[in-house]
Amino acid sequence: MRKYWHVLNVGIQNNLTYRFNFLARAVFGLIPLIAILYVWQKIYSGKAAGATVGPYSLGEMFSYYLLTTVVDALTAVNEDDWQIAADIKDGNISQFLLKPIDYLWYRLCLFLSGRVTYLAVAVTPLTVFILYLHQYFVLPPDWAAFGGFLFSTVLTALLQFFMSYSMAMLAFWVLEVSTFIFILFAFEYLASGHLFPLDILPPGLERALYFTPFPYQLYFPVSIYMGKTTGMELIRGLLIQGLWVVAAYLVARFAWRRGIRRYSAVGG
Amino acid sequence: MKPETRNPKPEVGSSATDHAPRNTDSPSRFTFHVSRYLSIYSALWKNSVAREMSFKSNFLLWIVVELLWFGLQFSFISVLYLHTDQIGTWTKWQVVLLIGASHFIQQVFQAFFLVNCTNLSELVRSGKLDFLLLLPVNTRFVVSLRQVDLGSFVNASSAVAVMAYAARQLHLVPTLMQVLGFLALCVAGIATHYSLMFLLASISFWTVRAQGIVWGYYNLFNVARLPDEAFRGLFKAVFTFALPMLLVSNVPARLLADKLSSSRPVLLLLAMSVVCFCVSEWGWRASMRRYTSASS
Repeated sequence: MRKYWHVLNVGIQNNLTYRFNFLARAVFGLIPLIAILYVWQKIYSGKAAGATVGPYSLGEMFSYYLLTTVVDALTAVNEDDWQIAADIKDGNISQFLLKPIDYLWYRLCLFLSGRVTYLAVAVTPLTVFILYLHQYFVLPPDWAAFGGFLFSTVLTALLQFFMSYSMAMLAFWVLEVSTFIFILFAFEYLASGHLFPLDILPPGLERALYFTPFPYQLYFPVSIYMGKTTGMELIRGLLIQGLWVVAAYLVARFAWRRGIRRYSAVGG
Repeated sequence: MKPETRNPKPEVGSSATDHAPRNTDSPSRFTFHVSRYLSIYSALWKNSVAREMSFKSNFLLWIVVELLWFGLQFSFISVLYLHTDQIGTWTKWQVVLLIGASHFIQQVFQAFFLVNCTNLSELVRSGKLDFLLLLPVNTRFVVSLRQVDLGSFVNASSAVAVMAYAARQLHLVPTLMQVLGFLALCVAGIATHYSLMFLLASISFWTVRAQGIVWGYYNLFNVARLPDEAFRGLFKAVFTFALPMLLVSNVPARLLADKLSSSRPVLLLLAMSVVCFCVSEWGWRASMRRYTSASS
């Protein structure tokens, strides 16, 4: 396993050269978020004091968006899918077919190193932002919720990665994968709870979303942290999330195996 | 365009372009310049059409992507309006009109300028800017308008359709003056987006990895499509007077929706677009002085 440790190390150093990009991303990314918070504030100000939207008071709504920002920083796939697709297109994966190193684990190490570096850079703007809104930054109700949150966040990261990896496998078949990645991303953006908490949707729609993997890509860990998912529901949710991770992993492996058969090492 | 002037085509490397009639009176010189630049631009268009048509399926898929993201904006707004009737004084269909206007402005901007702005850092990094500097035309002109993104015109028309539908829902019948005013304000909005993004792209003369910054600007489009009344304090000041995102699409949308209480926002948008353009020109010139060709 020492070789993967090495990959992680090299990945962090490589990613550090992009620190300026990461910082720009983190800072610019906060702007639309702040804008949404302003819009919610305006919506609440038009209501009677203490009114709620769905189950959320204004404070809880702010907490929700703060938490999604944190989970997103911990788990979001940055440019891994583009890089994997480029590796396939340019024939860079040929060397992995010869070396005793597995491409999927190799990419996972790079994904983790990307997250570590991103966090190291984004921690400053994020902390400033959270400190500014500290009154809305709530603690989880108990240790069980916090543990469940941490566990679920790890699963979220894995799910994000395996899904992106599977999408990038399309590069074996089509020349330009970015359109497909953006189409999936649109669904993720809407249905994972990026734009608004899913439990302010009409109940039927919310239930339907739970048949897709999307809520497990962001909303689910946040709902655990906020104490909305507890007890049996929590255990069941974690199980389903785990199953989605396994399913995405299997799709990734399957697509790779089929893709390799078509692969002709262009330019490699 | 009929090439009526003797030799309006840019012949790179030849002395043909030196034949500008220097001694004639200025109006004819001006028309000569205009027709020359127009013919250069039409050549650039032809190139772009040829480029786009060689990847037809990709061209169509990008239109699907943009439509999907456009639809996503509406689902967000519909969810918000499930829980409220108004944001400030903005009703649901007024916000739909605003999103349509914002999308229209963004797509037209994208059609003419976006790719060129994001490519600037690549031109600097690879040293390809040398070739553009050698051309006997204004360098900012070629750098800004080299490629045309044709799919964006299709997307812009979907935005027009949405605006028309929203106007119907609001029982708006805009007068001709309103439509012309709207278009003029859109031009000011597009000029503002262009100037700001071009200014950001010029940072690539200082740091090679400027592409991240340019894409970061993309986040600001998210601010531009939200109703201005939601914002207060420092945020509002910054996004009105420094990066006028709260003006670029809100003011044109307000004009169409009869929501303008005074002419002040209109004048402000026009003034800000001029200021942004001047600042970006200054930034561009300052950056060009730093350019030391990378490859050679």
